[in-house]
Amino acid sequence: MSTATASTARTSPAVAMLRTEARLMLREPGTMFWIVLFPTILLSILGAIPSFREPDETLGGIRVIDLYVPIAILLSAIMASLMSMPAVISGYRENQVLRRYATTPARPTHILMAQWIIHGAGILAGSVLAVAVGRIVFDVALPGAPLTYLGLFVLAVLANLSMGGLISGLAPSSKASAAIGTVVFFPTMFTAGVWVPVTVLPGLLGDLVALTPNGAAVLALDEAAAGRAPDLLHVLVLLAWTLGLGALAARYFRWE
Amino acid sequence: MTTTSAPAIEVRGLRKTYGPVVAVDHVDLTVSEGEIFGVLGPNGSGKSTTVECIAGLRSPDAGTVRILGLDPSTEHDAVKRSVGVQLQSAGLQPKLRVREALDLFASFYDDPRDPVALATRLGLAERMDHPWRKLSGGQQQRLAIALALVGRPKVALLDELSTGLDPRSRREVWELVEEIRAEGTTILLVTHLMEEAQHLCDRIALVQRGRILVVDTPDGLIGRTAAPLVMSFVPDRTLDAAELTGLGGVSDVMERGGRLQVACDDSAVLLVLDRLRDLGVQPGRLRIAESSLDEAYLDLITADDSADAGERETVR
Repeated sequence: MSTATASTARTSPAVAMLRTEARLMLREPGTMFWIVLFPTILLSILGAIPSFREPDETLGGIRVIDLYVPIAILLSAIMASLMSMPAVISGYRENQVLRRYATTPARPTHILMAQWIIHGAGILAGSVLAVAVGRIVFDVALPGAPLTYLGLFVLAVLANLSMGGLISGLAPSSKASAAIGTVVFFPTMFTAGVWVPVTVLPGLLGDLVALTPNGAAVLALDEAAAGRAPDLLHVLVLLAWTLGLGALAARYFRWE
Repeated sequence: MTTTSAPAIEVRGLRKTYGPVVAVDHVDLTVSEGEIFGVLGPNGSGKSTTVECIAGLRSPDAGTVRILGLDPSTEHDAVKRSVGVQLQSAGLQPKLRVREALDLFASFYDDPRDPVALATRLGLAERMDHPWRKLSGGQQQRLAIALALVGRPKVALLDELSTGLDPRSRREVWELVEEIRAEGTTILLVTHLMEEAQHLCDRIALVQRGRILVVDTPDGLIGRTAAPLVMSFVPDRTLDAAELTGLGGVSDVMERGGRLQVACDDSAVLLVLDRLRDLGVQPGRLRIAESSLDEAYLDLITADDSADAGERETVR
């Protein structure tokens, strides 16, 4: 049947939409900067401080800069998930972009999937850059348990993107979405250890931060970076957040 | 026109409520294949909701909708492949360019129209590299029409086809709609513009408060009014309007800038002329024109309004 041939030869709507959304993302240099470049720039600034490149006995003999590679990775995920994606999705809903696609053989779900994939790809690029610059410029060892590291990375990215998805579902407008994203952004950066690495947080504060998605993620990533098996508690906390936030994001998602 | 095939659109007993508000109340519609069918009515009369139910964007509370024999609420994939929809309001990604949008939408369908030819036809050829957000309202509207038609749909649902278009683009859009119908597309058109309905539509459904008041051809609708004709002339001497209002078949006489306008039916034309001769008045620059769809529309809508008010009175 000629129709069948035509439809198999054609790109699927999901792929066409992904290509379109990726092209549009590349038209946002500001967003690309914060997700891909900024975390590594921060890493480099901290790496320029001589004492951060000295082994520290209080950290168990590793250097501060070693701790900042996973932090840079999570920072990229937080930028993409809280500062970029909720505003884009809320904007699409507010401007009735999703509605228009709902009238075509493409589905609004294709746009959302594309948004998750391109933001995930942006985070991956930002992370690879941070790891590479860490290795090449600051002599940070590559993850000792790479598969565990990768698995934790995927969980952490999904937890953060779900948080972004949940925000765009709950916020009544794209302005509200951006506002909530910004409010959540700073404490989330703190829990990832952007200001003070989570391992050096004292007592109760450290215990509490270890229960947040990014706090648990960064502690588990530190272990995997050193080639050790991460604390099961951190992995379970992260997994619970990923599943819970994912379910909530799906539950509160609205087309219009 | 007789056709043996199933109707392109068939709506039976459609009802849709939003909370306590009844947007659509028992609407029946049948649109034949190849027809241009207009839906006309005041703001908030349920036109867009009806279109959205037919397009499968909303599920009706009661009643059935069939489009090309398919149920849009369960068979959306099949419906979306053969139906093009222009919604009253829908955006696009702000930085998506005209060419990219057309190519993207064309890629969704098996046998799309040539996007460049369609854009050129709609006067967008010089805007191909402009992003959506930089287009004027009229250009966005024309792109929306192009996106609804690029898939070569069997049925096109066009909600407020030419809102925001200047008269010239409006004419171009009308020509395009007629061409597309000639290629076999059935068209359901929601409009506010009487001129548009009169020019394009084979039949018109007049909608008020979620119900259909009447379905008829444009001529048929005009014929339903009490005064399907308007005689207008400049009397060569002062003439008391009362001299004409008493005549059988004359429903209204009014003066506008020195011209007298007499709304009447066919039989009254000679009576008016006879009376003028008896009075010794010369009707200068006499014109006899068909009353417009505008007047028919207002007549029918107002009649329904007062009927409704009457009902409320008796209930009280």
